Amino acid sequence: MATNTAMKKQTGLTGNSAIAIAMKQINPDVCPAYPITPSTAIIEDFSSYVADGDVDTELITVESEHSAMSACIGAAAAGARVMTATSSQGLALMWEMLYIASGMRLPIVITNVNRALSAPINIHCDHSDSMGARDAGWVQLYSETVQEAYDNLIMAVRIAENEKVLLPVMVCLDGFITSHAIENITLLDKAEVQSFIGEYKPERSLLDIDHPSTFGAMTLQDAYMTFKHQQSEAMTRAKDVVSSVSAEFAKKFGRNYGLIDAYRLEDAEIAIVILNSAAGTTKVVVDELRKQGKKAGMLRLRLFRPLPHKEIADALKNCKAVAVLDRADSMNDFGGPLFNEVRSALYDGETRPKVISRIYGLGGRDYKIKDATDVFDELSAAVKTGKTDTLTKYITL
Amino acid sequence: MAETKKDLPKGGVIEKGGTAHDYYTGGWRKLVPVVNKDKCTNCMICWVMCPDSAVIVQDGKMIGFDLEHCKGCGICAVECPDKVKAIKMEEEAS
Repeated sequence: MATNTAMKKQTGLTGNSAIAIAMKQINPDVCPAYPITPSTAIIEDFSSYVADGDVDTELITVESEHSAMSACIGAAAAGARVMTATSSQGLALMWEMLYIASGMRLPIVITNVNRALSAPINIHCDHSDSMGARDAGWVQLYSETVQEAYDNLIMAVRIAENEKVLLPVMVCLDGFITSHAIENITLLDKAEVQSFIGEYKPERSLLDIDHPSTFGAMTLQDAYMTFKHQQSEAMTRAKDVVSSVSAEFAKKFGRNYGLIDAYRLEDAEIAIVILNSAAGTTKVVVDELRKQGKKAGMLRLRLFRPLPHKEIADALKNCKAVAVLDRADSMNDFGGPLFNEVRSALYDGETRPKVISRIYGLGGRDYKIKDATDVFDELSAAVKTGKTDTLTKYITL
Repeated sequence: MAETKKDLPKGGVIEKGGTAHDYYTGGWRKLVPVVNKDKCTNCMICWVMCPDSAVIVQDGKMIGFDLEHCKGCGICAVECPDKVKAIKMEEEAS
């Protein structure tokens, strides 16, 4: 039975340790790294694996995250399998290089442990860092649990290197909540991981002196837009590749992940849409409301880039009122980034639910059962009156 | 260059070497280098220093400039030894 494979060899690990173990099992060629809270322990653990000879990886200790991503790009252009990890200001400092990695179609894989952006300075969880990079041309996977973060990282290698995709992939998990809390997880064997990811055969390498090539050349009005179009089409294709890689993972290892996680949505009238670890709290509240006979549900996006807009629209089409909870604000007077995209995905439906934006949990502020209950109460009232109170609002204040 | 734009290689990679030769940068030039061969000692410092490999050498002698690629930067004129000063930058003929 699949569940036997899925449950074997249980162990307690933090998100950071699990990611470091996944990196050890993947054994990338190059890892340029600059530690930053709360992702530090990933690089700390991984550098021990390098020092102990557990991996063949060239660990490059660089002077900044800008250099880390630059070194990732250089190494990937040379044909190496490349990984790194960062958070918050680190991802922000990589910003211009993120676009170069994706524009050059380099299948780099990074873990982003979600943390708030300054100012004021804060080290705790929110999604302002990865949401800031949402248009950088990277595939983005979000992880609810330690187990999912570990599994996502292994799948990310296959997604990035797929010849139909060839785009960098960012695996996101919640800082401290997932990165530092110990959860029960099941690890794969190194041999299982190696056979799943396979050998990386880059299309081209800068080090192939028999076939010299130029990477990162300038393109002008006659070609730039064509390259961006190719990149955009690759991002569109990435959706099916994420599905097929996830299906293969489920078949081999028994853990099943969709593009979205639709929880008790089949007949739901009210629903919360959310990312990452806060889905757990929300599910508890959904179960509680169901016991009371209220038709509540939850939608969690595992894939945010590319946006599975058809799946979102399909999952929410029968709801009457939906709250999209963003752990980041677009500072636009019109709700968070997830809200805007989910609401837009629903626009073409024959029936459209009321959709409201609620910003929660910035800078690590707790999101508790009562907070989710209050949102559901608000949605129930909206269903009853046919009116929503306010379109956008901060909660957990 | 690929046949159609659809065929352009992923990520803007240029799939062979030496392609800079096909790109004529001579049109960027404002000043043109002119060599006085009566003064020139064929020391080859201009050939070494030219960033565009636009100094033409034949049989061990500097014989002039490749004006299809020379951008007119003037490095050759500066680097030509002080005792010689065989290269001058002049306005392009209009």
